[in-house]
This record gives sequence, structure tokens and C-alpha cells, in this order.
Amino acid sequence: MEIRVEKIRKEFDLYPALHDVSLKIESGELIALLGPSGSGKTTLLRLIAGLEQPTQGRIFFGNEDASYRSVQERNVGFVFQHYALFRHMSVLDNVAFGLKVRPKGQRPPKAEIRRRALELLEMVQLNGLEKRFPSQLSGGQRQRVALARAMAIEPKVLLLDEPFGALDAKVRKELRRWLRDFHDRTGHTTVFVTHDQEEALELADRVVVMSQGKIEQVGSSDDVYDRPNSPFVFSFIGESASLPVKVEGGVVHFHGAPTGLTAQRDGEARLFFRPQDVSLIEEGPGMTGPVTSSRRLAGTRIAEIELGSPEKPCHVEVEVPLEASASNGSILSFRPTRWKLFY
Amino acid sequence: MTSARSAARWHWKNPSVIPGFGLTLGFTLAYLTLIILIPLAALAWRSASLGWSDFLRLVLDPRTLAALRISFSTALIAAVVNVVFGVVAAWVLVRYNFPGRRIVDAVVDLPFAIPTAVAGIALTAIYAPNGMIGSLLAPLGIKVAYSPLGIVVALIAIGLPFVVRTVQPVMQEISQEVEEAAASLGASRFQTIFRVILPGLTPAILTGFSLALARGIGEYGSVIFIAGNIPFVSEIAPLLIVIRLEEFDYGAATVIATVMLIISFLMLFLINFIQAWSRRRFGYEQ
Amino acid sequence: MSNERFKNPITESAPVRWALIAAVLAFLALFVLTPLVIVFTEAFSKGWEEYILALQEPDAVKAIRLTLLVAAIAVPANLLFGLAASWAIAKFEFRGKSFLITLIDLPFSVSPVISGLVYVLLFGANSVLGPILKSHGLQIVFAVPGIVLATIFVTFPFVARELIPLMQDQGTGDEEAAISLGANGWQAFWYVTVPNIKWALLYGVLLCNARAMGEFGAVSVVSGHIRGLTNTMPLHVEILYNDYNVVGAFAVASLLALLALLTLVLRTILETRYGSELSAGQKH
Repeated sequence: MEIRVEKIRKEFDLYPALHDVSLKIESGELIALLGPSGSGKTTLLRLIAGLEQPTQGRIFFGNEDASYRSVQERNVGFVFQHYALFRHMSVLDNVAFGLKVRPKGQRPPKAEIRRRALELLEMVQLNGLEKRFPSQLSGGQRQRVALARAMAIEPKVLLLDEPFGALDAKVRKELRRWLRDFHDRTGHTTVFVTHDQEEALELADRVVVMSQGKIEQVGSSDDVYDRPNSPFVFSFIGESASLPVKVEGGVVHFHGAPTGLTAQRDGEARLFFRPQDVSLIEEGPGMTGPVTSSRRLAGTRIAEIELGSPEKPCHVEVEVPLEASASNGSILSFRPTRWKLFY
Repeated sequence: MTSARSAARWHWKNPSVIPGFGLTLGFTLAYLTLIILIPLAALAWRSASLGWSDFLRLVLDPRTLAALRISFSTALIAAVVNVVFGVVAAWVLVRYNFPGRRIVDAVVDLPFAIPTAVAGIALTAIYAPNGMIGSLLAPLGIKVAYSPLGIVVALIAIGLPFVVRTVQPVMQEISQEVEEAAASLGASRFQTIFRVILPGLTPAILTGFSLALARGIGEYGSVIFIAGNIPFVSEIAPLLIVIRLEEFDYGAATVIATVMLIISFLMLFLINFIQAWSRRRFGYEQ
Repeated sequence: MSNERFKNPITESAPVRWALIAAVLAFLALFVLTPLVIVFTEAFSKGWEEYILALQEPDAVKAIRLTLLVAAIAVPANLLFGLAASWAIAKFEFRGKSFLITLIDLPFSVSPVISGLVYVLLFGANSVLGPILKSHGLQIVFAVPGIVLATIFVTFPFVARELIPLMQDQGTGDEEAAISLGANGWQAFWYVTVPNIKWALLYGVLLCNARAMGEFGAVSVVSGHIRGLTNTMPLHVEILYNDYNVVGAFAVASLLALLALLTLVLRTILETRYGSELSAGQKH
């Protein structure tokens, strides 16, 4: 099921949570809504589900305008951050709930409901636990019950709110891989919210980076990492350094000195680059400063270099080869090899 | 944990650096024994010294049985009414925002605070045939005061807070996510309430019901004014105890009291059982 | 807002909401508020002067005095017990604790009439202790000591019940810290524990006091109804009411109703202001 969000605006007590957001989600896609807290990613997910009412704008499921559809009618599978399992029901009853509450005519017979619930439990690898109560399950197991319960209604789309947020690191990694497999097997259109960029980049076909109620960039993991289109995306995803620069006559100057980088357009700008995208240089234009600290990081070394004037210093981190001398106080010169200017 | 405990010598108190355990527990037990346990033991002893045949004869006395039946049945009806309105009141107080909500919340506690005798004479004044509401009901042939219906009215009036105050805190803990989950699975609001919310509240509702019922069975002050106290019709068990005492028939008074105590202890046991069961099964209290 | 057709998934529709609110308000008005209002309208039905006269009547004054006296003994006694019990229960781990808590709650499940009866059976004329007491010229039942004992019995759990859950919640860290800093047990109690529990303590005392002054059934059984001697306010209300002295009965009742209202107002203030320092547990 393809989903189109058109110019959605959402205000909570006049405080805008989303500003005219538009997004198209392809059928069968696994997509991540990524952003810091308060970026509006959960609000967008809840709007798609019908748990919130948009202040303005429309939401299409396929060609159908679903904006005024209630959550019951939208037929979405929603997995909540804290699972929201019904704690007075057994695991089996939790999974079967969506089928049991169907109106008489559409409700499968009892035996059929049970069969399908057990089948779903098998799919999420929880066979044998159907008689347990949620309080008797581990966090990862609860998460999978929540997923099986959402799948029971044969949803058109699967929505997950911080699906791994409440789990410890090891379980989180396992479930992440498991969810990817699950998606590949079932082929549901799946949207999940996360604030963990590693999770988003690893898992999703496309990542929607959000900030302050707006979509900053939509693209594949490679797109948002290698070709960030805004200062926010550049600094939010991965490690990065930024410096205030001035472009004069096509040459990028930092602190009044040429850096050896060239640009099309003149003017004040910010230069962004990643620590690993630099090369140390012996001579020629570049950026030079004393090392203020350094630390070993796996196979490389990260050095913090102080640039600019002593009164207004800028600190940047760059990756240096292990053999390079980077003791505190030694002077290093470098030039970014991949970089981007934002005017 | 278990192995460490069994390895250590059996002890009945964990070590602590805080002083005062002996003093406070000693005082607590002494006071409890003197004020509560010895007097209750006096009742049990008095009852036991009657012997089986006397005990049975007194229990099976028609007037005693009638009084117990009236106390129990009126308390049961009142507790059922209180469960319905108590759950609705708790819901309204927890979920809805309306002007005066705080005041309504405080008013719910009024029956706890108001002396039973005061409530009793006031209710009688209202529901008597010439009273504010009684005079409206009299032409319809409904007699509230001086009838079993009056007992029910009095017990409804004093029992409400037991249900509200037990259910309210548990209701506050219901997460919004659970209701949204039910809705997203296609449940109508009605189905969400009756299949998800209320079953989750069942232990709390049962506890509140038991508390209201226990209070209703034992209630005296608010009932005796409005009941009319006609033997076999509207005479409650606690009143019969008082009447027997005034007749210096200590045996009969003791027997009625013993039966009532056994009923209330069974209910206390039931409440504790419900709470322990729900804690074990669902991992939360009440 | 912009589209009226949207249905909020986690609330009822507006008409249902208002119907439920109306039902609750009607229920409370019928069973709780009207009786309260009636107490005052009946008390003032013959004007201020009659009201004041009814309260100045000697037996009424004596009943008020006795009620104050009984509360002045019963409330501090149960306060002391509440502090001791909650200290022992909340600050230490020992076997049989939950059974002890059940025992403390016991008076809540005993009919007030039975609470009075047990003392009559224990100290009355035809009890084992009766002749011994009589030979020493001591009278407990049908006298003030019996009234005090019965009142202590029914108000027994109030303070302890407010304190135990709160102090269990607060744990033992503060006291342990105080003791590790050199405080003795009393200092830890006065300077650390009491400031932490003072509002719950006050709340418990208020409830205990309201019940102590208003107790009817238990006191009725042990009092012997001797006018001017063993009549507390609620008992006096009964006597006046049975004498068809409506203004008198409701005038004394209005004082008790005022006490109840005052207790509730203070409760609401305490909860609004110090809600987090009161226990979130059950309220009775």
C-alpha cells in the first residue's frame, strides 16, 4: 500500500509540531523516520495511523483519501514504544484480539482465530508461549508479541514507534536484523520511528531525516550520509566538523587564509566535512593548528586540532594515520578531501 | 538469593543499622493486643463457651436469620449500585476535564468524613413521606424511609467512596497506549472499554465491591434512623445485637456478632486473595 | 478544530461524556450533597436564636465536652501507635509483616456495633473481669473509659494506614544516611523522618479525629446512654431526634457536619499543595 502525506500541519495548543510536511512512501518499502526528540517524527507516525487529527493537510492510502478515516477504519498495524500489551490477557488472546473484535459478519470462526494467532506466534518465534501473560515475558518477547498482534489484522501498513527503544543493546541488534528479515518475508509497507541513526541507516530502504517539525532530507542511507543536503543532516548523521569560511574569487578562505578548496559562489558560508575525509599535508594551502588532544579509535587515531585565533578558537576533529606524530602541541596541517559548503 | 538465605541461620528480621525495632514493634504488638486482639478474643471465647447446640439454636433463631438476611441482601444491592456509579464516577474524575472537577473529587469523600448518625437523620428527613424527596415518591407508591429500600439508600450513600477510591488510582495508571492499541486493532470504543479497560480493572473493582459490601453489612448509624426497624422486615443484624444487649441476652448478641465477624473476615481474606492473585498474574496490584 | 469528522480514538463522544458527568453529579447530589444541605436547613429552620439555644442547652454542652475529651485521648493514642507501627513496618524487614498489616486493618472490617460489644463482653457486669473491676470501684463500660476504648478501636488504623505506604515508599536511605553521619535513632526520627511524613501525618490525624468525634455505633453500645454523663455528640443527636427535637438534633448534627467539611477542605488543600508528599496509596 502506497502512502502519500500531503502538506500535513499539526498544532498542539497552537504550538506547531509539524509544518506542512509532504512525503510519499512506496508500496513495500521499509522506511525510517529519524530525528532528535521534538522533531515531529512520532507525531507524523501517529497522524498516518489516525491516532491524531491533522490541523491541515491530507493523507492518502493508495488513491483513497484516508484523512477522515478513524484509526479503526484505517487498518494499520501499530506497534507502540512500550508495546501496550493487554496485561490481563494471555499472549494468545493478545494476538487474537484484533480478530475477535471484528463485527460478526467479518469475524472468522473461533477455531480459525486460534489457528491464525498460533501461526503468527510461530512466525515471530514465540511458539509454546501462548499461555503466558505479558508480565512473564522478556522485553524482546513482548516486542514480538506486539508485532504479531499488529500483524493479525492483516494491516495494509505496519507502523512502529521506537520499536527497539526500551530494549538493551544486544537484544536490540538481534531484533533489528530479525525485523529486516521479517519485512523481506512479508513485504509490508513499514514505517518506523527512531532517534538512533545507526538503526535507521542499517535497517531502512529510505531514511526520512526530520528536525523541528520539518523533513530535512529523504533518501537512501548512502544519500543522507554521503550527500547530506543541509547543515542539520550533515551534523546529525555521523561525525562531522564545521568551520565558518568565506569564499572569495572562487577560493575558500578560513580565518583570512586560503584553504586550497575552491567553490563556484562567493560569500560567507559554513564548511562541513567528516573526520575521515581529510588528508594531512606537508605544504601548500590548508588548515593548520596545534593538536589539543588525541585518542585512539580502533584502527585509527582521532586528533582534535585548534584552528583560528587564540581568542576565538575553533576545534575540529580529524582522523590521522597511526604513524603520524599527533602528540599534544604538535602542529598539523590538513585539507578536507570531501566536503560541502552551506551558504 | 534463596541459597544465600538458606545458608544463613534462620532469622526473622533482616539486620539493619536503624535502631528502634524492638521498641516500636513491641509497642505496636502490645497496643494491638490490648485494644484489638484481647477484646476480639473475649468475643470468640464467649461464643465458644456457649457450646454447639446453644450456638446453633441462637443462629437459627428466625429473627436472627431474618436480620442477617436483610443486612446481607441490602448491602449486596447497595454495593452493586455503588460499583456501577463508583466506576463511572472514577472514570469521570480521571478522564474528563470539567469545571468543578476538584470539588466533585472532594465531595466523593464526604461519606467518609460525615458521621453516620448525621447522615442517618439527614437521609431520613429527605426520604420520609413528608420529606423533600419522600413526598415526591409517596404519590407513586414508593416508600423509601421506614422500609428495606431506605436501608439500601443509606448504604448507597455511605458506600460510594470505597469503590471510587479503590478504582481511581488503578484507572490513573492505565496507559493511553493500551487504548490506542485496541483502537488500532479495530476495536470500537465500546469494545475497548468492555474488553480491555474494565477487565484490567476487575481486581480493583472486586476489592472496592468487597469493601463497600463489608461496610454495608456492618453499618449501623446511618441505617437505624431510616430503616424503621421492623423485625423480619427492616431490622438489620447490628441493630439486633444492640437490642439483645439491651435485653441482657449476651448469648444472642455474641452469636450474631460472631457470625458477622466470620463473614467480614472471609471478605477480608477474599480481598487479600484478589490482590495477591492479580499481583502474581498481571504483575500489578489491586 | 478544522475537521469535525475526526473521531478521537481514546475518548467517548461528547454527548456520552456529558451524560456520564451529569449522572455522577446527579448521584452525588442525591445521596451526598442533599443530606448535607438538609442538616443545615433543618438546623436553621426556626432561625438563628433557636439554633444557638439548642447548642447552649446544658446536655448539648456536656456532649460537646465529652466528645472533645474522647478525641483528645483517642487521637494522640492512635497517633503514637501509628508512628510506632509505621516505623517498625516500613524501616525493617521481618517475617509476618503482611500479616501484621492485615491485623492493623482489621477494625475497618468489624462492624462498629461489634467494636462496642467486645468491650461490653470484656468489662461488662457479667464478664470475667466485671466483678473484679466492681470490687475496685472501677467502671469501664457505660462510662467514659469504655467510650474512649471503643473510639480507639474504631479509629485504630487511620494514622498507621496513611503512614505505612508512604514510609515504605520512602525507604530507609535517609535514616541510614543520618545514622552514618552520627545521629542517634531519635535524631534520625525527628530531623529526617518527621519532615518527610509531616503532611501525611497531619492528614491521618485529621481523618482519625473526624471519625473519633463522629463515631456512633461503637460508642452507642458501650455508653449506656446516660444523658449529660456518657453522651457524645452523635449519641446526643440520636436522643434529641428520638425526642422529636428536630432543631436540637440537627443543630448538634450541623457541628459534626461542619467538622466533616473542615476535614475535607483541609484534605483538599493538603492534596493540592503537598500531593506528592502524601502517599499515593489508598485513602480512607
